[in-house]
Amino acid sequence: MVDNTHQDIDAATGTATTGHEWDGIKELNTPLPKWWLYILYATMVWAVGYWFLYPAIPLPGGHTAGLLGWTSRGAVTADLQDLQAQRAAMVGQLNKSTLQQIAADPKLAEFARAYGRSSFGVNCAPCHGSNGQGSVGYPNLTADRWLWGGKLDQISQTITHGARSGDADGHEGNMPAFGKDGILTKDQIGQVAAYVVSLSTPTTADVSAGKKVFAENCAPCHGDNAKGNSDVGAPNLTTKIWLYGGDKATIQETLTNGRGGHMPAWGSKLDPATIKALTVYVHSLGGGQ
Amino acid sequence: MSMWKHHAIFEKNSLVLLVGILIVVAIGGLVEIGPLFYLKSTIETVDGVRPYTPLELAGRNIYVREGCYLCHSQMIRSLRDEVERYGHYSLAAESKYDHPFQWGSKRTGPDLARVGGKYSDDWQRGHLNDPRSVVPGSVMPRYGFLAETPLDFAHIQEDMQILALEGVPYTPDLIAKAKADVKAQLSPDDPSVADLVKRYPKAVAHASLGGEAGPTEQDALVAYLQMLGTTVDFKLFDAKANWR
Repeated sequence: MVDNTHQDIDAATGTATTGHEWDGIKELNTPLPKWWLYILYATMVWAVGYWFLYPAIPLPGGHTAGLLGWTSRGAVTADLQDLQAQRAAMVGQLNKSTLQQIAADPKLAEFARAYGRSSFGVNCAPCHGSNGQGSVGYPNLTADRWLWGGKLDQISQTITHGARSGDADGHEGNMPAFGKDGILTKDQIGQVAAYVVSLSTPTTADVSAGKKVFAENCAPCHGDNAKGNSDVGAPNLTTKIWLYGGDKATIQETLTNGRGGHMPAWGSKLDPATIKALTVYVHSLGGGQ
Repeated sequence: MSMWKHHAIFEKNSLVLLVGILIVVAIGGLVEIGPLFYLKSTIETVDGVRPYTPLELAGRNIYVREGCYLCHSQMIRSLRDEVERYGHYSLAAESKYDHPFQWGSKRTGPDLARVGGKYSDDWQRGHLNDPRSVVPGSVMPRYGFLAETPLDFAHIQEDMQILALEGVPYTPDLIAKAKADVKAQLSPDDPSVADLVKRYPKAVAHASLGGEAGPTEQDALVAYLQMLGTTVDFKLFDAKANWR
């Protein structure tokens, strides 16, 4: 903004001044660099083009839609369709094939494991661990020990309907609170806990009292041999693999207050192909039967 | 150049300049923000969105108090990678009863907009008590004290009244039943839960771990987390009806 009526050249620099003067000091009117100015003009032209091409100006009846018809929802939907198209061939095969067929076909099984692994990382890893190793209260999926069975169809059933999830077809069955509900006395709980510890850690101590309590109270679910029953989710008690801990204190805690972890039903959240892929992936973690 | 001389009035009187700036900025604001309040295409009504139950609201207050939004966003953007990881992109309507909204802008932890129902209550509690017990690499602080702090919901009705002033449809009836509703939502086996679900569709009752001492802050926070993103049924949602 130069006031041309006050055109005045500064003697020292040869540059025009703006005509503003403060206590004898004049302000130089140094022009903007040409390259900078042209970039500024170019962005202005770009902005006008943008107004016409993309949704831009709010109006009383809506907004200008733009010549390209771009919408953020349309863009993400198209992106997702591209993704689906990319995977369509393999996912289509997953949808068509039974779990057994998928596991038997090396190429399809490899895809299912890769597809399942990425879904596992997002949905399952927070409880079962990034490699399916589990943690206290969340089953290890790599250990060849299964609460609800480790066959492909059983794993699929568990993923789809969950456990104690509220789903009508989900697994039900709790470890009762033998202590809290007064089914067993504190002494009996101590005895049976000692017996259960002895199943995986042989001892010379006398655990016959606990064995008797076990036969009457625990065997209906865990079996006479304590090897568990995957129909009711009763774990095998004769190995060193423990969901909540195998020391006597933890077992007493389990007996006293009961247990019953929740596994959400994923059938309503994941599509069938993803569940198939997850099943094959989980089955391949090391423990599949 | 006579216009230029008038401009000198602004340059020489700071108060006039200030008023001038205010007017110019206000015009910009009115043009950019004003239409958003009446444009039909920007206000999307979505079935299923409901106000928070009193317990969820109390949990939300704890979420805000603890500054969860500093590390967790609640906004799934309409980008392929986000939709693949977190689920359907967030709708503005889903946070229409949030005052203030919890969209956030920082993701040290994952987005929580659809975390509801993804994990079990036990997982949420265990994770709040000690995040590393379930996610070994987590940098989240422990919030174990929430499980030991009794929930203070003495003012939950006032909270709801304030929100009602801001346009959340809390009726006098809902406000009157607020304290009973807090307890009902923590009694999964109680018949009062059915009434609660009538008032707040899809509300889920949670077992309280507070025992005799009454509900804890953790109970409320878990109830809030477990409902996030669960109210809209996306099988019924027609995105094309409001393409934008």
